[in-house]
Amino acid sequence: MNEAAVPFLPRGVRLHFDKVRETHFLLGPERALILDDISQIILSQVDGKRSVGAICADLAETYTAPVNQITGDTLALLNDLADKRLLEHG
Amino acid sequence: MARPQPPFAMLAELTHVCPLACPYCSNPVELTKRTDELDTDTWARVFREAAELGVLQLHLSGGEPAARRDLVELVTAAREAGLYTNLITSGVGLTDQKLAALDAAGLDHVQLSLQGITAALADRIGGYKGGFERKMHVAERIAEIGFPLTLNAVMHRHNLDDLPATIALAQRLGARRIEVACVQFHGWAEANRGQLQPTADQVRAAKATVDAERDRLKGTLVIDFVAPDWFSDYPKACMGGWGTTGLNITPAGDVLPCHAAETIPSLSFANVGQLSLSDIWYDDAAFNAFRGTEWMPPLCQSCDRRDIDFGGCRCQAMAIVGDAAATDPVCRKSPDRAKVDALLDVAPSDAAFVYRARV
Repeated sequence: MNEAAVPFLPRGVRLHFDKVRETHFLLGPERALILDDISQIILSQVDGKRSVGAICADLAETYTAPVNQITGDTLALLNDLADKRLLEHG
Repeated sequence: MARPQPPFAMLAELTHVCPLACPYCSNPVELTKRTDELDTDTWARVFREAAELGVLQLHLSGGEPAARRDLVELVTAAREAGLYTNLITSGVGLTDQKLAALDAAGLDHVQLSLQGITAALADRIGGYKGGFERKMHVAERIAEIGFPLTLNAVMHRHNLDDLPATIALAQRLGARRIEVACVQFHGWAEANRGQLQPTADQVRAAKATVDAERDRLKGTLVIDFVAPDWFSDYPKACMGGWGTTGLNITPAGDVLPCHAAETIPSLSFANVGQLSLSDIWYDDAAFNAFRGTEWMPPLCQSCDRRDIDFGGCRCQAMAIVGDAAATDPVCRKSPDRAKVDALLDVAPSDAAFVYRARV
């Protein structure tokens, strides 16, 4: 995956806020991944419409952070999830 | 003992009724009658209690869950409770109409069992003629609807050599995951050890295949491998630690720390009709029996693997050593390891399978 890819959560994978643990999770087949704040913010932007590059540019502006660093973190997360079949991209 | 964390997963054995009769069925030897099963409203209440307790993943299992006429209502109730719903099925009894209704009800994921890659072997293992053909039809419908699919391939002496072809079938069916689950010889499988026990060479080859295929199929197919633990040097971390991660409800509503816990005669179990799931999870004696480390023999307490495998499987210690609080005899450090080695030495048998009983 690179900055031009348009990521999306496939059917059967969804974000879930667990009120008992007050923690964000990514739920998928036989998986419940605890999301830290950064991962949760990135995945909440994944909508199947915007590219990785567009998402990272928005995040860099919102959080006044260097876009290179955000892009690196975002691609690392998304590629890891794609390897686990928890994320797909067009 | 510190207060336990809430559970992540719940296995709901909706029924013990099943069209198949696999000789390694993980249901207890004493099966529950249909008339003793929980009704729809009780299951719906239990699902709500589970979600409030902190359960995220609900596995709807059996027997064959499609044998419950209210399966669609149960999925609806589970989704309304906020649970991630996984249907564990042989596919037999899942009509096109029922699959469409499950889609509308919001079912998240389907785990389809596989008894073999040919109709001849699969139907012989399942004891049900036409089961394989029906299953392949159901797999096609699952792909058309778009449910994420896990293939659960149960492996033993008769099909472990077919592992590469089994993985290829999972890809052909569009599965995102395959669970390669080697038979564990408890319960019904115990009576079929000679017929089903793989050889050490078969297990070694399977591990090599899994390693190579995981690399080759990264990002395409996720492969989970449940190795037969008798061949291992250390025990499996059964249930991720007793009473730490998951719980199991029988068709009649008994709440178990693991699906085989009823084989431990010193334990008795609470029922969802008497107590809330929360009371049972935190306070029931059966759940507290093997939590933490106080119950462990000194061998486990002083071991550097104490917090890795938690002393292994309690039901296996019961079955092989006769003491549920003993070190799992799979462990190389166990004084009872020789008993496991003796079990591995079983002569291959071509005797007929002892099939699981019908309910």
